[in-house]
Amino acid sequence: MNAHDHKPVDHVTGTETTGHEWDGIRELNTPLPRWWLWSFYASIVFAIGYMVVYPAWPLITGHTAGVIGWSSRGAVASDVAALQAARGDMTAQIDAADLAAIRTDPTLQAFAMAQGRTTFLDNCAGCHGAGGGGAKGYPNLNDDDWLWGGSLEAIETTIRHGIRSADPDTRITDMPAFGRDGLLERADITAVARFVRSLSGQEVPDGTDLAAGAQVFADNCAACHGDDGKGNRDVGAPDLTDAIWLFGSDESSIAAGVTNGRASVMPAWGGRFDDATVKSLVVYVHAFGGGE
Amino acid sequence: MAHSLSSGKQPTWGETGLGIVAGLLALLCFVIAGKAQDPGYGFHAVVFMLAAAGSVYAIGKRYGARAAEPVPQVLPDGRPNYNLGPIKFATVASMFWGIAGFLIGVLIAFQLAFPILNFDLPWTSFGRLRPLHTSAVIFAFGGNVLLATSLYVVQRTSRARLAGDLSPWFVVLGYNLFIVVAGTGYLLGISQGKEYAEPEWYADLFLTIVWVTYFLVFMATLAKRREPHIYVANWFFLAFIATIAVLHLGNNAALPVSLWSPKSYIVWSGVQDAMVQWWYGHNAVGFFLTAGFLGIMYYFIPKRAERPVYSYRLSIIHFWALIFLYIWAGPHHLHYTALPDWAQTLGMTFSIMLWMPSWGGMINGLMTLSGAWDKLRTDPVLRMMVVSVAFYGMSTFEGPLMSVKAVNSLSHYTDWTIGHVHSGALGWVAYISFGAIYCLVPWLWNRKQLYSLKLVEWHFWISTLGIVLYITSMWVAGILQGLMWRAYTSLGFLEYSFVETVEAMHPFYIIRALGGVLFLAGALLMAFNLWRTVTSVEPAEAERPVVGSAVIPAE
Repeated sequence: MNAHDHKPVDHVTGTETTGHEWDGIRELNTPLPRWWLWSFYASIVFAIGYMVVYPAWPLITGHTAGVIGWSSRGAVASDVAALQAARGDMTAQIDAADLAAIRTDPTLQAFAMAQGRTTFLDNCAGCHGAGGGGAKGYPNLNDDDWLWGGSLEAIETTIRHGIRSADPDTRITDMPAFGRDGLLERADITAVARFVRSLSGQEVPDGTDLAAGAQVFADNCAACHGDDGKGNRDVGAPDLTDAIWLFGSDESSIAAGVTNGRASVMPAWGGRFDDATVKSLVVYVHAFGGGE
Repeated sequence: MAHSLSSGKQPTWGETGLGIVAGLLALLCFVIAGKAQDPGYGFHAVVFMLAAAGSVYAIGKRYGARAAEPVPQVLPDGRPNYNLGPIKFATVASMFWGIAGFLIGVLIAFQLAFPILNFDLPWTSFGRLRPLHTSAVIFAFGGNVLLATSLYVVQRTSRARLAGDLSPWFVVLGYNLFIVVAGTGYLLGISQGKEYAEPEWYADLFLTIVWVTYFLVFMATLAKRREPHIYVANWFFLAFIATIAVLHLGNNAALPVSLWSPKSYIVWSGVQDAMVQWWYGHNAVGFFLTAGFLGIMYYFIPKRAERPVYSYRLSIIHFWALIFLYIWAGPHHLHYTALPDWAQTLGMTFSIMLWMPSWGGMINGLMTLSGAWDKLRTDPVLRMMVVSVAFYGMSTFEGPLMSVKAVNSLSHYTDWTIGHVHSGALGWVAYISFGAIYCLVPWLWNRKQLYSLKLVEWHFWISTLGIVLYITSMWVAGILQGLMWRAYTSLGFLEYSFVETVEAMHPFYIIRALGGVLFLAGALLMAFNLWRTVTSVEPAEAERPVVGSAVIPAE
């Protein structure tokens, strides 16, 4: 305040300046706006209050717990408990019922379909599509062409243990890489690929020796895919006669499969979902339209 | 050389030293380019080699062309001999990178709405273009604006020529070389995977050298000032430069796999790494995008409005409060994660306390217009800067709000965050930058005024519409997303799958992208306007706003 008299006053606002000037810029010596100052104090008071109420200050071996004892782990536990309360005893009923019973009891079925839908869309739809329509390499779940079986029990086994997964009880068989491993010559592969196309009535080039392809098939493929090419669900060998193709029906796709083998993978979900979730998911997938 | 000997010219220590260092660096990079284990890294070694060799050539050429005596500090008429060359370069670079960054932003906005625009190529995928966009707009555009304005303001408010002879050029050119290396690295897939700190160890090391030089140039210029006090804008610039150095070193502490490899491993791990990352990330917002741009505000708004700064006392209090509180607020990026509860509380409470210190800057910016409010009607450049301060106020209210855990549980991971960031980035950072560049270009190139204020009007309104489309669409999208994620059915299951929430975003993503197109269009108008300003010999006289209105009692 000592130099008060020497400081020039800004004529527009009537406020004195600090007396300095930089490149033509001066500064008013306006006091702090009261509302600003009190809001600042209020935010500090709020912050201190919050620190008293909630976990806040780190100590040597832990931290202050806060007077209401809130913790984020506790908050998760109470949210989960609230969810379980919302689901009531339905989860226990699903646990207790067998799959066929869930399908026939309207209340259980409605619950299972709701749980199955959520589970499917957030876990399965990425590969199988939101409607279960599949994609190249990922089976369509709407049709009745099942690699490993479409009964409730077969679907459950597939979901729980996966296919070629790390689960000890996983479904596992590998189609040999006939070309890469030198089991078949290139000409044999072309012949058998054309023969396989003929099984579902697709065109083959004129002059193709189907008998030669049939011989290669009988010697190498029939063990799994069957003499008639209708497949074998015990080993996940697809039906080659139904004109439904997982990796494409053109000659080069089939020849690529024979050359390098096929070994698609599906994760085992048994360790990730509880029993009720797995069962609901089975019922949901079964209801896509292909269930047996 | 006979010429230089006859005139008694001697190379300075700086010319000799920098020439030798650049020569050695070129050799080292030549070796690295030969032994690089990764083609992208080899490419960067070649870039550094060419830049270093080019520096040797440029230093020699400059030496040959310059007078024997050092550049005078003061002009014959007694005015300081301001060093404007590096500032002109950074101003042009900021406009170039700005448009590049906005363009990439528009592209990735459309990619989110129409994924086919990823073109199934690694170089054009969202994952690589997104850091290209963020780095281009924050560090390339914003960084060059900060370089240009800080080096200009520190000279003018210290009445002293920039310290150093080659070093200001090294800072500006070196910084832009870093930008080129960082950006091409992202496209080639070189990234350490830390958000806003993606460049790998060698780029980080180079930036450290550039940044420390920047700090020294700035400090040395302040030290030789011919004003008794340091102007408030320079406090903010200094806080920005010093803190960014600390943040950069802390967050990028890493062990390279080898001199021949771009890959390195960060020394932090797990939740500590997350904490360091967001201590860095939030303070990149706090000190790069806030403190630095407040420095711009504190010079350009009073200068353009021709009014005194509203309150010196407020500037002191809000400066120190902002600096002290900001540095603790980072944990609010990690609410409801593995970060201990006490640290989350710390982040939230310091964010709440930060609200008023942030608004101190807004008050000082807006109230500086006291007695000059009428200029908002006539001067679109000043209006742009005042609107930027309003956006600053809005996003610094929104930020503390979003740091409250209950709000954050809805807003976190949603597009609300993107909207919040862009209300600050487009509304505050870009607008104050545009305003400052509109002021700077006529000053630097010695023009009476801009080519066309009418084009600035168009820029202002087109961009403002763009910002409004952007942030409103992201608010709606974000809140919708958050509500969909937490919606449960009466049976106790999630109402929506994740992909359904993505599908619901589609219309908002299109609106957002259109907002971006408008913002980009405004920036193109600006570039054209500036180009005509610089190239026009006789600037137009028609639309100059009335100045000197301090005599008009507006209030």
